[in-house]
Amino acid sequence: MTNNNDDSRPTGGLSKIAEGEREARAPGRRVPYSVLHLLKDLRIEWRSRDAINSMLFFSLLVVVIFSLAFDPTGELSRQITGPILCVAILFAAVSALNQAWARELRHNVLDAHRMSAAPASSLFLGKVLSTFIFVSSVELLLAPLFAIFYNLRALGNIWLLLVAVPLGTWAVTINGTFFAALSIRSRNRELLLPLILFPIFMPALLAMVLAISAILSGDSDPSLWIKMLAGYDVIFTTISLLLFETVLNAE
Amino acid sequence: MPSIVQLESLSKLFGSFVALRKISLSFQAGRCYVLLGENGAGKSTLLRVIAGLLKPTHGVIRVFGEPKPSDARDRIGYMSHAPMLYDELSAMENLHYFAGLYRERPCLTPRQALEAVGLDPALARPTGQYSQGMRQRASLARVLLPQPDLLLLDEPFSNMDAASARQMLKLIEHQRAAGKTILLTTHQRELAEPVADFLLTLQAGAVNSLVETHA
Repeated sequence: MTNNNDDSRPTGGLSKIAEGEREARAPGRRVPYSVLHLLKDLRIEWRSRDAINSMLFFSLLVVVIFSLAFDPTGELSRQITGPILCVAILFAAVSALNQAWARELRHNVLDAHRMSAAPASSLFLGKVLSTFIFVSSVELLLAPLFAIFYNLRALGNIWLLLVAVPLGTWAVTINGTFFAALSIRSRNRELLLPLILFPIFMPALLAMVLAISAILSGDSDPSLWIKMLAGYDVIFTTISLLLFETVLNAE
Repeated sequence: MPSIVQLESLSKLFGSFVALRKISLSFQAGRCYVLLGENGAGKSTLLRVIAGLLKPTHGVIRVFGEPKPSDARDRIGYMSHAPMLYDELSAMENLHYFAGLYRERPCLTPRQALEAVGLDPALARPTGQYSQGMRQRASLARVLLPQPDLLLLDEPFSNMDAASARQMLKLIEHQRAAGKTILLTTHQRELAEPVADFLLTLQAGAVNSLVETHA
């Protein structure tokens, strides 16, 4: 009845579909909305690799340039790794965030979302989760490079990095996704995003840097900074989820 | 026939530019309205206001009795001149995704929607590699998924060759025959006239004429 070239003719299939044949189920209808958005983003990124490539480029550049600039010894590397890692994550995240909404704007797909029955917050959460996964993947690739380039050997409880880094990454992705959505209708959105994001992300950035430095050097207890990151994440996740629908439908 | 869209003194301003000027209209269920007018006449803006994508600056709108069109959005299918599909995904993948966004309505399956517009569900190419005609049909398939009662089609024939435009027209005829209410904007009056119950002409954001074609 159908063929795959442009000369295919409409079959009038709808008129042939009996009521009984209309399925109330389609694949994906049992999956939570946010997971549906997430899977779509992962699939698109797997095919285009737009975000991952640009993130890797930026973060590798940061790692290599700083390692050449400092020629780090063991003690120095424990002091500078926290800030450098955070700078690398921040740049990588901004680059991913610029891509995140761009594909929704292309061909007005965002309007299809606004017309759909799915809650706006699910689109936001799906976008945050996908960006979080992209940034975390880059962090996993960066971790061994950091250890090699900076002769890194942690003196504190290194497992706490598995708490501090994801919390900091969540902070930048939740804020970044929200402010990227806020600036999508602006002509200078790629410039606007860091201008809005960086000042608001500053407390989380500070907590993340201090937590990582404390863990690597073993000089102090990082729990205060980790708690601060967790609090920051809870507050901004709640606010962003509540306000996103207004942002999405703003003219 | 009951009217499903009612507009009373509806205006839309973008800054100081008046896109729609005190429009009062009533669109009856099951009829096909073809909106004509020059570029900037307000055709697309009117469709976007009815779709709930733009808020009117003044006046009253009721869609399926709802004062906010967004409350009736799952009964409205909106197709813009952009395809509203992801370039990286095939038509089937796009439709699987969008079908998942309509849980409350009995949807067509992606396969049924694609077959309805004459596209091969097995076609694995991403839609970014489709011709304009195929992309428009895939876009119409997306619109048909939740079986909306009201179809808003903004320039469905744009950038199409004559053969593709005729195919699209056939698809619209099927929808009209199925009892859907259709609001369609176009610059190709001759092409759309056979499916029109009413020809509505806009000029500078105001209604210039509303003519019934089928007595």
